Amino acid sequence: MAGLHKSEFKNPLINWIDTRLPIPSLLQKEYAAFPTPRNFNYFWNFGALAMVALVIMIATGILLAMNYQPNTALAFGSVQHIMRDVNYGWLIRYIHQNGASMFFIVTFVHILRGMYYGSYKAPRELLWMLGVVILLIMMATAFMGYVLPWGQMSYWGATVITNLFSAFPYVGHAIVTWLWGGFSVSNPTLNRFFALHYLLPFVLIAVVFMHVWALHVTGSNNPLGIDPKGPQDTVPFHPYYTMKDSVGICAFLAVWAFLVFFLPNLLGDPNNFIKANPLQTPADIVPEWYFLPFYAMLRSVPNKLGGVCIMFGSILVLFFLPWLDTCKVRSARFRPVFRKLIWVWLAATVALGMVGAHKPLGFWVPLGRICTIYYFFHFLVLLPLLGAIEKTLPLPESISQAVLGRGAGPLPNAATAAPMEKA
Amino acid sequence: MMRVFRSALRALAAGALVALISTAPALAQDDTPPLPNESWSFSGLLGGLDLAAAQRGFWVYYNVCSNCHSMHQLHYRDLAGIGMTPAEIKKIAASVQVPVGLNDQGQPIEGPGTPASQFRSPFPNDTAARAALNGALPPDLSLIVNARDGGADYVYGILTGFVKPPAGFNVPAGKYYNAYFPGHLIAMPPPLQDGAVTYADGTKATVPQMAHDVVTFLYWTANPEAVQREQMGVRVVLFLLLMTGLTYGVKRKLWSHLH
Repeated sequence: MAGLHKSEFKNPLINWIDTRLPIPSLLQKEYAAFPTPRNFNYFWNFGALAMVALVIMIATGILLAMNYQPNTALAFGSVQHIMRDVNYGWLIRYIHQNGASMFFIVTFVHILRGMYYGSYKAPRELLWMLGVVILLIMMATAFMGYVLPWGQMSYWGATVITNLFSAFPYVGHAIVTWLWGGFSVSNPTLNRFFALHYLLPFVLIAVVFMHVWALHVTGSNNPLGIDPKGPQDTVPFHPYYTMKDSVGICAFLAVWAFLVFFLPNLLGDPNNFIKANPLQTPADIVPEWYFLPFYAMLRSVPNKLGGVCIMFGSILVLFFLPWLDTCKVRSARFRPVFRKLIWVWLAATVALGMVGAHKPLGFWVPLGRICTIYYFFHFLVLLPLLGAIEKTLPLPESISQAVLGRGAGPLPNAATAAPMEKA
Repeated sequence: MMRVFRSALRALAAGALVALISTAPALAQDDTPPLPNESWSFSGLLGGLDLAAAQRGFWVYYNVCSNCHSMHQLHYRDLAGIGMTPAEIKKIAASVQVPVGLNDQGQPIEGPGTPASQFRSPFPNDTAARAALNGALPPDLSLIVNARDGGADYVYGILTGFVKPPAGFNVPAGKYYNAYFPGHLIAMPPPLQDGAVTYADGTKATVPQMAHDVVTFLYWTANPEAVQREQMGVRVVLFLLLMTGLTYGVKRKLWSHLH
């Protein structure tokens, strides 16, 4: 007989369950006692915020799906039915619509935090790569979700983006026809986009699970980028970081609620209040703001296939970041040159976002090209070069020495790991 | 080595800047005047809605706009949202003929509307509308305020923007000059004339007054939840800000003995 789990929980019911299926022990180990560097700043909230966003998106999405019709004749009207006739349908829909933007905002900050503090470096390479997979799935999900309301921008955005695949030689047009399930974006396209938009978030949950699993194997990075050397450098995740995350979650929800209740269409496009019309192209086809930098890179290359490759390459290059950055020091705090260049890279990326929002005319064209080149120049040239020539600053001896300004002393009782007795 | 590297970067940045400035185009001349800046009951974060104006606006829609424009997303029962009583709604619905199904021979028939009826459409379909209107299709008005850049001000601008074309501007037959319409040639004839409707509350029906009222009504048809949304939003956002403050206080206390 396989050994029963030896449970330490005092509550008899929890103990009985834990003996047979040790989920309480797992939670105790991974979310309560889990030793976490004591020096996180608030940028370490954003992973938890992204998780909260994912859960809210799935919850509101399921409610929307109960009233939505994935049919080109009915979709636009069914969204209006949700907005007008379903009890609090407008609330659920505006939470979901603005939630996409909120999810991307916190995810972008989360990624930027990882880049600034070198969270992608050994031994967290796989953790980082799983994060890039999450970003890709998020983008696919958001793109297909934007098609569902079947407004003008839904339809024409879907047409432009799916047509990108026609750039591939020989098989391009066959791929596009296959994606559409027809010879244009039409009912089969909408129907399958709905199916995939419902499916992918659950795939996302699985990848997020692996992302968190990998995190719990390597342990968290921290603003100093040095490994904890003992219990004096860490605190148990609960209550210290559950509490600190709660602060961030409340603030995050306040911002989200402000958008939902007061400016629900701030990030939307007026054209999407017009039902999709295949015979009338809008004056400007603009993607949602979170795609703008990538859209700008696509348009900056005067060759269609080249543009598509550059656009996908801008994400794919992130997979190789752990090996492109050859510097052994993780945190930008101790890398005087990198600490400046990361902001230059961010400025180039934000500028690309602005380029993507404007017609490719006048000075937007050279600006887009320069920033696209710089985006890749940062990853492919600057980072490998910096590893060889940058003089990094001396690292502190330990986390506790750096944050307390003294040697490692004994911790107060409350900070040491204690089993969760009440469970 | 580091210094060379840094100055090379700086030179690169300067070169990029020069390239940008030298290619900046001259700003294109635009002859569209800035949008009128009307004062709306619903503007601002806590707008509310002038129900009297919205009801007058419905009257303008009912007598003028609805002769050509559809309003697919609205039902007569929705008019309760601008303060109409059930009796008023029944009376308005019964005053129009709407499709009510089939007769015993299987032919579609029309009959008086009920509060559950969709707003009456002036044409059975888009093709019929184009056939009757010289090829032009009047847009559905349900969401028009949200569906245009400039929103309420833009729609107000269109309704009041029928001015004399500038000298030399050729207006073909069947088109009208509108200061705010993109390209200025609009297929809609000026819809409002002073006194086009008679308001029950005695308000003088001037063109700016009717335009203001009907835009208020159209803001409501596009955003029927807005007043409830904003009122709820105040409570939700204040609650979340309070929670942020409280959790921050608890966090400070919890962490205080770690520092």
